[in-house]
Amino acid sequence: MSNESMSILKKDYIYNLMLKGKREDGRTFDEIRNIDIRTNVIDKAEGSAWIKLGDTEILVGVKVQVGTPFPDSAGEGVIITSMELNPIASPDFEAGPPKENAIEMARVADRGIRESGAIDLSKLCITEGEEVWMVFIDIHVLNNCGNIQDAASLGAIAALLTSTVPGGREGRGEDMPMPIRDMPVAITLVDIGGEMMLDPGLDEETACDTRITIISNQDGSISGMQKSGDGALTEEQLLKAVSLACQKASELREAHLLNI
Amino acid sequence: MQTKHWRINMSDKPEKFIDENGLRLDGRRINEIRPMKMEIGVLSRADGSCYLEWGNNKVLAAVYGPRELHPRRLQKADSALIRYRYNMAAFSVEDRIRPGPNRRSIEISKVSREAFEPVVLTHLYPGAVIDVFAEVLQADAGTRTAAINAASLALADAGIPMKGLISACAVGKVDGQLVLDLNKPEDNYGDADIPMAMTSDGEITLLQMDGDITQEEFKKAIEMCKDGCHEILAIQQETLRNKFSKLEDVEISDDKENNDVSALVESELVSSEEDETSEDLASIEKGEMEDDVKDAETEDEVESVEEQEDSFQDVDEEDIPDDNGEDVPEDDEETV
Repeated sequence: MSNESMSILKKDYIYNLMLKGKREDGRTFDEIRNIDIRTNVIDKAEGSAWIKLGDTEILVGVKVQVGTPFPDSAGEGVIITSMELNPIASPDFEAGPPKENAIEMARVADRGIRESGAIDLSKLCITEGEEVWMVFIDIHVLNNCGNIQDAASLGAIAALLTSTVPGGREGRGEDMPMPIRDMPVAITLVDIGGEMMLDPGLDEETACDTRITIISNQDGSISGMQKSGDGALTEEQLLKAVSLACQKASELREAHLLNI
Repeated sequence: MQTKHWRINMSDKPEKFIDENGLRLDGRRINEIRPMKMEIGVLSRADGSCYLEWGNNKVLAAVYGPRELHPRRLQKADSALIRYRYNMAAFSVEDRIRPGPNRRSIEISKVSREAFEPVVLTHLYPGAVIDVFAEVLQADAGTRTAAINAASLALADAGIPMKGLISACAVGKVDGQLVLDLNKPEDNYGDADIPMAMTSDGEITLLQMDGDITQEEFKKAIEMCKDGCHEILAIQQETLRNKFSKLEDVEISDDKENNDVSALVESELVSSEEDETSEDLASIEKGEMEDDVKDAETEDEVESVEEQEDSFQDVDEEDIPDDNGEDVPEDDEETV
C-alpha cells in the first residue's frame, strides 16, 4: 500500500507470521514500538520535538508568527500543518512538492490538533479581525521505518506542549505558553489478512491493504479518523480498532505526554 | 469538513438544528437523506458518465477507460491503475475558489480512489488506466460522498467490471444527536462529520471523521450510515435499470429477424439468466442487477448496440443545464 516495493515472498512471510500470531519484530499484535521523545531540540523554533517510534524518526518544529486571521474566524488564531517526506528518510521518497501521501498524513495530523480543540485558538487573537498568532507545525520525516502518521501526530502535540507564543520578540506583549487544552493521540492499525495490528512497521505497512488511523482525546472521545489504502474493513474490525486505539492512546498519553 | 473557505460567520449558526418535532432545518428527519436524482450516459465522449443531484449538490462524474496508460513507467504489470480526480468548479461555492487541485481535493481524490479499489476488477486490464473524473458543479455539503455515488454509476455505465456498486453517505452530530446526510449548516456548525463509503455488503471502503464523538456514537453512526447507503444503492440500481431496461424495450420491439444486433443483445442477456423466460424483460433486468460483474459484461454489448441504434439515443441525452432549475426541491432553499 505504501510506495515501497515488496516481493510476494516477503508479503507471504508476513501473512504466515500473522497466522502463527506473530510479527516480524517479535511484537504482539497490540504492542507499540519503543517511543522516545526529546523536546526543545531546536532553539530557533518556538517549540520542537524529536520523536523516535522504533526506528522511525521525525522532527517536528513549531513556528509562531503574527498574521491576519481568516475573515470567517476573525477572533481566532490560525493553525497550518505541513509535512515533508524528505528524501533523506527513505530511498522511495523524492524531492519536490508534497505528494498525496504526505498531504494526507499532514491533514490527518492537522485534523487531530484542530478538531480536538487542542489549541485554544481564541487566546491566539491579538486584535480581532486584524492580527492573530499563526501557528505553523512543520513535520520533518527523517527516517521512515513505518507508521509516520502516529509519530507525526505525537510529535506535533509534543512540540506544541513546549511551544511559547513569542509576544516579547514580536512586540505584542509578553511571551506566553501555547494555550493547550487537550492532547490528541493518533493510533494507526493495519489489516493483515483480517487481523488488526497496531503501530505497523515498514514491511507491515507495505504488505497491508488497509490502514486505519484513529485520533482520540483525553476524555476518550474520538476527534478524527481516516481509512487509507486499497482494501475494505468490516464493521467488527472497525469497532475493535476504535476501542483498542482509544485504550492505547490513553496509555501513550500517560507515559509520554503528561510529563512534558 | 475542512471547508474553511466556505464558512460563513459563526453568528449564522442556528440556535437549534432539530426542532421539538424531531425535524431538521430542511424538514428532514434525523435518518432521512436529501432527495437524490441520478442519470447516466449524459456525456457522449466519455465511456461512462453520471449526473447526480443530491439536495443542492450537483455533481458530474465521467469514466474514461480502460485505456492505455502513459507515461508507461506508471503502468502496473498485473492490474489496471485507477486514477480519481475530485475537482470543484470555481463557481461551485459561495466564495470563488481558485481552480485546480488543492490539498483538500488531493486528499479527497486519494481516499475516493481507494474507496473503489476493493470492488473494481483491475486485474482484468493489466497495464491500463481507468480514469474517473468527478466534477462538483454546485456544492452544498457532502460533495465527496455525492461524487463517489456518481462515480460508482459512471463506472457501471462504462461497463467496468466490478464486484458491486459503492454507495456513500455521511453521518454527523448536531445538538448532541446523530443525523444522516448533513446539510450545509449542519456541516458548518455541527459537532462531527463522518463520511463513509460502503459496498453493498456493508464493507467500509472509505472512512474519514472529524469532530468529537464517543465510541458508542460511532457504533451507532455506522448503522445509520449503512441504512443510508442501502437507500442510495436502491436509487443507483433503479437508475441503471432505467437506462438499460429501456434499451431492451426498443430492441425487442424492433424487427427481430432483420436486426442481428438486437438478436445478439437478446441472446447475451438470456444466456446470463438461469430461467427460460426468454421474452420476459423483467427477468432480464433483474439478472442485470443481481450480478454486477455479469452486468458489466453485458453492458459492453449494450453500449456497442447503442451506437448503431439512433432510435433510443434521445433516451439518455437530456441536457444537464435543463435539470438545474426545476429539480431542486423547494425546502432546500432554507439550507443555503
